[in-house]
Amino acid sequence: MPTKSGSAVLLALRDLGCVRDGRWLFRHLSLELPAGAALELTGPNGSGKSTLLRTVAGLDEPQAGSVRCAPHLYLGHRPGLSSLLTVAANLRWYAELQGVAPDLERVLNRVGLAGYAEVACRSLSAGQLRRVALARLCLGGASLWLLDEPLTALDASGQALVADLIAEHLASGGAAVWSTHQPLGVVGARQLTLGPAVEVGVDSEDDMTQPLPRLEETRA
Amino acid sequence: MTALARPGAGRVFAAQFRRECAVVIAAPGEALQPLAFLFLALSLFAIGAGGDPRVLAAQAGAVLWVLVLLATLLGLESLFRRDYDEGVLEQLLLLGQPVFVPLLAKLAVQWLLSGCLMVLLAPALALMLYLPADQIGITMLVLLAGSPALTLFGAVAAALTVGLRRGGVLLALLALPLYVPTLVFGAGAISLAGAGSDVTAQVYWLLAISMLALTVAPFGVTAALRISLEQS
Repeated sequence: MPTKSGSAVLLALRDLGCVRDGRWLFRHLSLELPAGAALELTGPNGSGKSTLLRTVAGLDEPQAGSVRCAPHLYLGHRPGLSSLLTVAANLRWYAELQGVAPDLERVLNRVGLAGYAEVACRSLSAGQLRRVALARLCLGGASLWLLDEPLTALDASGQALVADLIAEHLASGGAAVWSTHQPLGVVGARQLTLGPAVEVGVDSEDDMTQPLPRLEETRA
Repeated sequence: MTALARPGAGRVFAAQFRRECAVVIAAPGEALQPLAFLFLALSLFAIGAGGDPRVLAAQAGAVLWVLVLLATLLGLESLFRRDYDEGVLEQLLLLGQPVFVPLLAKLAVQWLLSGCLMVLLAPALALMLYLPADQIGITMLVLLAGSPALTLFGAVAAALTVGLRRGGVLLALLALPLYVPTLVFGAGAISLAGAGSDVTAQVYWLLAISMLALTVAPFGVTAALRISLEQS
């Protein structure tokens, strides 16, 4: 889907800072993600990975700096699916709100849930529910994916599926940011480690980040 | 990725309306509990008052409205709870377009299940209170005019308390003061009608309050949900 040129910036953070419980989870975070680029967030529990993703998505307000981003899709810890409705009803609702045509059969095949369209979400296992949430990615409609620990509850084939979906998305000119505790193995993904041990892994790009001082107990 | 044409407000409203209906159909008992409460509380009142038609009829307007307020609140308590827990509200807020359109669809379904059904049941409720038959029409009319305000104002309080574990009592404390004008005009209209007076003014007031609620509440609900979802 090549309407954006390769240099289009899908996500731009400028001097971003977030405070939680009187601590800077991160600050002076500046980066740009062009089309086709991916960023893998790592760091210990409580280092601000989820907060960063929620801030980029627009669910939380940053205490400093600004976020500019393309139409995005956020996949958080909560699946965003009604347990009372069927898999098909949930996905159709989401697709209609996004203004995309739901090709349910293809999408469910892709996430390994063929034949589950008319099953109520409450009778799915945690891993299957996660796969339904992943099916939202396949529906299309967003150029920037924000995935908060997408591997949670998934088996080996599910984890490979996540990596494949991301790789396809990048190849088609999208961009993705995800947090994880185990590398997804997406080729070309930049690494950003949040946490007390401040380190920034930059894969050769020059526009990535400034150093990330973690200033505990500093007031905003 | 292709730049997407966002779906129009009408399609978003329709999609959300269909979804809410499907949820109600999947768990119909939940939706009907407030109505069961209304019937039960009303019968308790009738029993407690000793079944004296004159005593009951004199207070019928006030009793009916107070119980309608409480039953509406009962239904609102769970209005956003499940969607909040399951992350559906997050997805709504991330739509990238005015979130009050799907919220209005949600509130419309909620009103159809509470206010609208109560209007249809009003004749039965009125009979339980020995309300004279010629006042049943006016009772239905004032309930129809006033009940949208109950759902809409209550939804703001429900949105504010959805992030709290035990928000039920707080919801009542926040919402009940907002219900006072509706109660005054609604109960007043029924007793005035009993005295044979004209109640046009009361009906217009109820409509005005409902219109005000329709104008203000969707924005209030949106803001309240954003607060409830931040850093949850």
